[in-house]
Amino acid sequence: MEKFVTHTGSGVPLRRSNVDTDQIIPAVYLKRVTRNGFEDGLFSAWRSDPEFVLNKQEFKSGTVLVAGPEFGTGSSREHAVWALQNYGFKAVISSRFADIFRGNSLKGGLLTVILPQSAVEALWVAIEGNPATAITVDLESRTVTYHDVTVAFELDDYTRWRLMEGLDDIGLTLKHTDSIDSFEAKRPSYKPKTLPIRI
Amino acid sequence: MGKTLAEKIWEDHIVRSAAGEPDLLYIDLQLIHEVTSAQAFDGLRLAGRQVRRPDLTIATEDHNTPTIDILKPIADPVSKLQIDTLRNNAKEFGIRIHSLGDADQGVVHVVGPQLGITQPGMTIVCGDSHTSTHGAFGAIAFGIGTSEVEHVLATQTLPSSRPKTMAINVEGTLKTGVTAKDIILAIIAQIGTGGGQGYIIEYRGSAIRELSMEGRMTVCNMSIEAGARAGLIAPDQKTFDYIKGKPHAPEDFAAAQSYWETLFTDADAQFDREITLNADELEPFVTWGTNPGQGLPLNASVPNPAEIKDSEERGAAERALQYMGLEAGTPLKKIAIDTVFLGSCTNGRIEDLRAAASVLEGKKISPTLRMLVVPGSERVRQQAMKEGLDKVFIDAGAEWRNAGCSMCLGMNPDQLAVGERSASTSNRNFEGRQGKGGRTHLVSPLVAAATAIRGTLSSPADL
Repeated sequence: MEKFVTHTGSGVPLRRSNVDTDQIIPAVYLKRVTRNGFEDGLFSAWRSDPEFVLNKQEFKSGTVLVAGPEFGTGSSREHAVWALQNYGFKAVISSRFADIFRGNSLKGGLLTVILPQSAVEALWVAIEGNPATAITVDLESRTVTYHDVTVAFELDDYTRWRLMEGLDDIGLTLKHTDSIDSFEAKRPSYKPKTLPIRI
Repeated sequence: MGKTLAEKIWEDHIVRSAAGEPDLLYIDLQLIHEVTSAQAFDGLRLAGRQVRRPDLTIATEDHNTPTIDILKPIADPVSKLQIDTLRNNAKEFGIRIHSLGDADQGVVHVVGPQLGITQPGMTIVCGDSHTSTHGAFGAIAFGIGTSEVEHVLATQTLPSSRPKTMAINVEGTLKTGVTAKDIILAIIAQIGTGGGQGYIIEYRGSAIRELSMEGRMTVCNMSIEAGARAGLIAPDQKTFDYIKGKPHAPEDFAAAQSYWETLFTDADAQFDREITLNADELEPFVTWGTNPGQGLPLNASVPNPAEIKDSEERGAAERALQYMGLEAGTPLKKIAIDTVFLGSCTNGRIEDLRAAASVLEGKKISPTLRMLVVPGSERVRQQAMKEGLDKVFIDAGAEWRNAGCSMCLGMNPDQLAVGERSASTSNRNFEGRQGKGGRTHLVSPLVAAATAIRGTLSSPADL
């Protein structure tokens, strides 16, 4: 995973709540067996509308998506994170994220930042007033800064450390293989197994 | 202080805990399907890692499979590659797979319980958000992303932060024609799509205990639509009886059952949040909007957004009505339907098919619509045919298909066309979920069947 320490870019205001994973990337785009190339499916239904925010020239180079509450509800498809990253987004700001989407984003290095809804709305106004507004999402200080505004956000120390170091979760867990071995040794024998097959 | 059911199961699975870090949780079972696993297996190969416990892993094909001509080569080359990739990965890593044509192929969340491999007190994961279904057995079961699928394949564990606990008490007796699906749709309408965020929900109360195992699966299935990570129900005699005789029921059943009997929330345990619903007052429920929280009793009318106080919800309702092509004030029962879909991990089990068939028996579906019946698994299909349910559906004018996720997510060719309106027993009414431009009303199997006959949203009482 690529390290995330700080990112500065322009924003894209997505004034919608409950942006579900079927909107982020519909199921018909989930057939690929790679982790890349999903940008074509990103918000595909909405992108046919010339008025959709991503189709507006002034927002085309945005890298920080600023969305309404309950972003990422729905399916567990990590393709939603990949589609946003493949398109070029580095961070998503919202007042509420669905649990699985948030977990996936933080595993994959797409920083999801939770700000109060009032701060999200202020940010929408700032971006719409001046689409070139530079937004800095800084993980070191856990702040979002634009113009002369700085808003703090929370992220647990462990996740922050993993993101800043770009660490592989599996590698971290494998350091505790002894603990897994001893847990397994004590598992009750009545716990089901898929093999050998019984029918 | 006592512990909740979720806390007991969680604590029984902690491999390692350290201050400031998520718990490392042991995973008893991982279910795999074609859509969210290919990249995980690639990751293993790249890092030279093996699957730690193939014997705690099982794969099936469901999301992207056709429901007709299943033994012919898959026409879409991209879909075919995805299915072939799963088959090759299963072979390479020694994982049990139930492919198209196999008696145990089907929707992953129908397959686990019917094999008896879903049992109380387990931790179960799958790269699919409706993994919460398995919570009906008193298990902690939740959906994960592909990176986590890879993590579980490699380590049989998952670092996880402990969720908060919520109790939803459903007390009372359901009226005739009101089902598990109506309970969960009513819950989501009450707490909203984010209401369960950060929680494991425990469904409790007399109306929940009265439900069959399959009804309980329907309720737990849609925990995710309420935003919850998982939903569960304490196991009881019904649970034990359901597992008994299934292929993977424990050989030492008594030992297993004596553990299962400890799996309940202690009388003095505290939930972080508690909600109560009166089952006596529930009616058949249907969604009118584009998120599962936008639901109302079938006797109601399409709401007027202008009357919604919260500006965010008002905006969402306005957009939803526009997308759904609905006028505020229209009685829901006046809404004409083009397609009825009976199936999915929510309502594709044998009892769901029986319920719908009991309404359709001897009747014809409206000539103004089509009806697709897609059993949740090949075993469900076989059982239904043994009972003659296929004939009931076919005689009524419905299409009788092979097992899979089908029109629930419109990934295979079973899709709605632009502007087409469905009454669907599935779980999501998102924009375009069942096909680009398609419009979805979520309903129970009983409402689906009655709607198929009348052509407009209806309950069996309207027939």
